[in-house]
Amino acid sequence: MRFEYAPAPESRSVVTLRDSYGLFIGGEFAGGSSVFKTISPATEEVLAEVTHGGPEDVDRAVAAARQAYERVWSVMPGRDRGKYLFRIARLIQERSRELAVLETLDNGKPIRESRDVDVPLTAAHFFYHAGWADKLGYAGFGPSPRPLGVVGQVIPWNFPLLMLAWKIAPALACGNTVVLKPAETTPLTALLFGEICQQADLPPGVVNIVTGDGSTGHALVAHPGIDKVAFTGSTEVGREIARMCAVSGKRLTLELGGKAANVVFDDAPLDQAVEGIINGIFFNQGHVCCAGSRLLVQESVADEVLEALKRRMTTLRLGDPLDKNTDVGAINSRAQLDKITDLVAAGDAEGAQRWAAPCPLPERGFWFPPTVFTEVSQAHRIAKEEIFGPVLSVLTFRTPAEAVEKANNTPYGLSAGVWTDKGSLILWMASRLRAGVVWANTFNRFDPASPFGGYKESGFGREGGRHGLEAYLDGPGGGDV
Amino acid sequence: MSHNGLMTPFQSDASLFQSDASLRRFLHGLPGVDEVGARARADVLASRSIKTDSKRQAIDLAISMIDLTTLEGQDTPGKVRALCAKARQPGYGAPPVAAVCIYPDLVPIAVEGVAGTGIKVASVATAFPSGRAALDVKLADVKSAVAAGADEVDMVIDRGAFLSGRYLPVYEEIVAVKASCADAHLKVILETGELATLDNVRRASWLAMLAGADFIKTSTGKIAPAATLPVTLVMLEAVRDFAAAGGKRIGVKPAGGIRTEKDAVRYLVLVNETAGEPWLDPALFRLGASSLLNDLLMQRVRMETGRYSGPDYMTVD
Repeated sequence: MRFEYAPAPESRSVVTLRDSYGLFIGGEFAGGSSVFKTISPATEEVLAEVTHGGPEDVDRAVAAARQAYERVWSVMPGRDRGKYLFRIARLIQERSRELAVLETLDNGKPIRESRDVDVPLTAAHFFYHAGWADKLGYAGFGPSPRPLGVVGQVIPWNFPLLMLAWKIAPALACGNTVVLKPAETTPLTALLFGEICQQADLPPGVVNIVTGDGSTGHALVAHPGIDKVAFTGSTEVGREIARMCAVSGKRLTLELGGKAANVVFDDAPLDQAVEGIINGIFFNQGHVCCAGSRLLVQESVADEVLEALKRRMTTLRLGDPLDKNTDVGAINSRAQLDKITDLVAAGDAEGAQRWAAPCPLPERGFWFPPTVFTEVSQAHRIAKEEIFGPVLSVLTFRTPAEAVEKANNTPYGLSAGVWTDKGSLILWMASRLRAGVVWANTFNRFDPASPFGGYKESGFGREGGRHGLEAYLDGPGGGDV
Repeated sequence: MSHNGLMTPFQSDASLFQSDASLRRFLHGLPGVDEVGARARADVLASRSIKTDSKRQAIDLAISMIDLTTLEGQDTPGKVRALCAKARQPGYGAPPVAAVCIYPDLVPIAVEGVAGTGIKVASVATAFPSGRAALDVKLADVKSAVAAGADEVDMVIDRGAFLSGRYLPVYEEIVAVKASCADAHLKVILETGELATLDNVRRASWLAMLAGADFIKTSTGKIAPAATLPVTLVMLEAVRDFAAAGGKRIGVKPAGGIRTEKDAVRYLVLVNETAGEPWLDPALFRLGASSLLNDLLMQRVRMETGRYSGPDYMTVD
C-alpha cells in the first residue's frame, strides 16, 4: 500500500519577523547607511531588510567591544561571566522553536535539522563554555590565563547559529569581547541572538553583531583595534584573511574547506554505513565543511553498497524545509547552486557516471537533487574540489593502505570516517588519516567537548573542548601568524 | 502471497545446513549491526510527523494489521468469544483486525468466533512462551492447533540453543514445525529480548527465514523488552535483503509493548521507509497487541469528530 505523508509544516507564527533590522552595537540595535535584503532560499521570498555595515559601523562596534572589554568583561570574575553564559544558554533553549524556524526560513535547511541538531548544539556550546568560565586556571594554560581582547569573528551561512555559538561562547568564557559578522545570506538568527543578549542583560558591547557582505568582513578583519580573528568559511577567503593578518600582531584561527573521505571496509555494518554515507553528504544539503564528500568503498562490497545507497537515496524526502518530514532542504543561494551545477557539469564532462535520486524539485527557490557520481578517479575535479552541495563522489580501494593513501591525497584535512567492525583497524586508520576529526562507525557527530579543526588547507586552530579555549587565551600557541 | 516457493541461492545450498559450524559461517558472515547507528536511525524515523489524511490512513491500516491477542493462564472460552467479537467489529466504523491470537486449546472457540469473516486464527504453539519441551511434544502442540483449524502458528525458537551457538537444532526444529503446519502460515518468534544484541536479531531472522518461516516475530510478550523500533528495523532489513536475494517476501510482526496509536504509526513509518510499500499489507506486516486497538479507535473517533474520546467509551474485551 502506498503511504504518503501529508504536509506537516512547522508553524511560522512562532517567529515575529521585523521589516528591517539594524546592527547590534553596544547593546542596542541601530540602523546604518545602507540596507540589503535577505531571502528564503526555498521560496525566494524576501524575509527582511538588513543593514549593511560599513567601515564606520565596524569602527563603532570595535570601539564598543573595546570599552566593554576594558571596563567590564575582562575584569569580571569568571564565575560571573559564567552566569551570563548559562543565562544565554537557557534562553536559547527557551526560544529554541523560534530560533529553529528562523534558521530554517533564512538558511533553507530542514526544520528537523535546525530543531534536532543546530539549536540543541548551540545551547550545548553555551552550557559547556559557561562551565569553563571560572575554571580556566585548570585548563592547562597556566594558573591565570589572560584573555586576548577584542575578537573579530566572521562566520559562514551553513550553520549560522551554531557557528555563532562555536565562536562567541569560548571567546566570552575566556573573557574576550566580540564583533561578529554573520554571513550575508543568513543574518537573521544572529540578530535574534542579539535580542537574547539583551534579554540576558549581557553588558552592552560584550557582543556586537555587524551584518553585511564580504566588504564588511574585510573591514572587520583589517581593523587595527582587533586582537584576534576567527574565521570559518572557504579556503580562498581564509588565505586572503591570513595575508591580511600576517605580522599584524593579530592572532588567527581558520576553519576552512574540506573534501573528507568516508571509508567503508567490507566488514562494516553495512546498513549503518549506508546511513552514515547519507548523513555524511546529504546532511544540511552537503553544506558542511566536514561533509563526507568522497566515499571510499572497498572493491569487494562496492556494488552491494552502491545498490543499497541508491535504494536509500530514493527514500530521501526533498522539499519544504519547514515540513517536519523533510530530509533535504534548499540550497542556500543561487550563487551556491550555480557552483554546484558547474562542478557537476565538470563531473559529466570528465566521464564520471551521474545518478540522482528521482525526486521532483520545487519550481521556486534553489534546489539540487541528492546526486552520486560513480567511476570517479582521483584526478577528477569532483574528487578534488569542495562542492559544498549534495553531491557524492564514489571511489574504490583494495587494501587499508590504499584507503589511507587515497583519503590523504587531498590538500584538505578536516574530517574522515571509518566504517568497520574491526576495532584494531579503526585505530590503525585513525592514526594515519591526516584529518582533524576521524569518526568511527558514525559521521557528522558534534559535541562541544570535542575539539574540531583541520590539517593543511582546512585551516588551523581548534574549536570546542579544552583545546578550543587556547585560541582565546593569551599564552603559548594560539595560532600566531 | 504470490511469492511462495521462491528460494534464495542459500536455501538450495545443502552444504549450509550440515552442521552448527556451517550455519555459523553463514550467519556470522552477514554484515554486522552497529547498535548506536541502528538506534539513531530508528529515532529519526520515530520523529516523522504523521498528520491529517495520512494519520487517518495509518490508523485504519494499523487496525487491519492487528493480531488481537490474549495469552493468559486465565483465558476462558468466554474471553476468547469477546475477543473475536471485538476483532470482527471493533466499532466506530473501523475495519476488522487481521487475526486473533490465542493458546492452542482455545482454537476451536476462536474458529467459531471469526467464522466467515476472513479474520485469521493464530495459535501460539511449541511450548509457548519458553519453548522448553521435547521436540515431539512441540510438534504435537502444533499439529493439534492446526487440526483444530488454526490458520497461523506462532512458534518460539530455542533461545538456549541459539545463544550457545547450536544453530543446526534451531534450524531443524523450525523446519520440522513448518512441516507440521500443513497449510497454516508459520510465524517464528525470535524472542529478541532474550537474544540481547542486534547482531543476534539479524542472525536469528535469517536462520528462521532460511528454515521456511512465513513471518518473523519479535516477542512472546512475556519477556521485557518486547518489541522495540531498533529490533523491528533490523528485522525489516532482513526480510528486505532476503527478498532481494531471491527469496520470498517474509512478513514481520512486532509484538508486545505496542500500546498507543503513536507507537503503531511509528512502526508503519519504519516499514514504509525500510522494507517499503509491499510490506504495508496485513499479509506481510502485523502488530501483536491487545490494548493498542482501543487507543487506535479513540484516535479514529477524534479524527472523525474533532473531539477526544475516553477509555470509558471503548469496550473492554
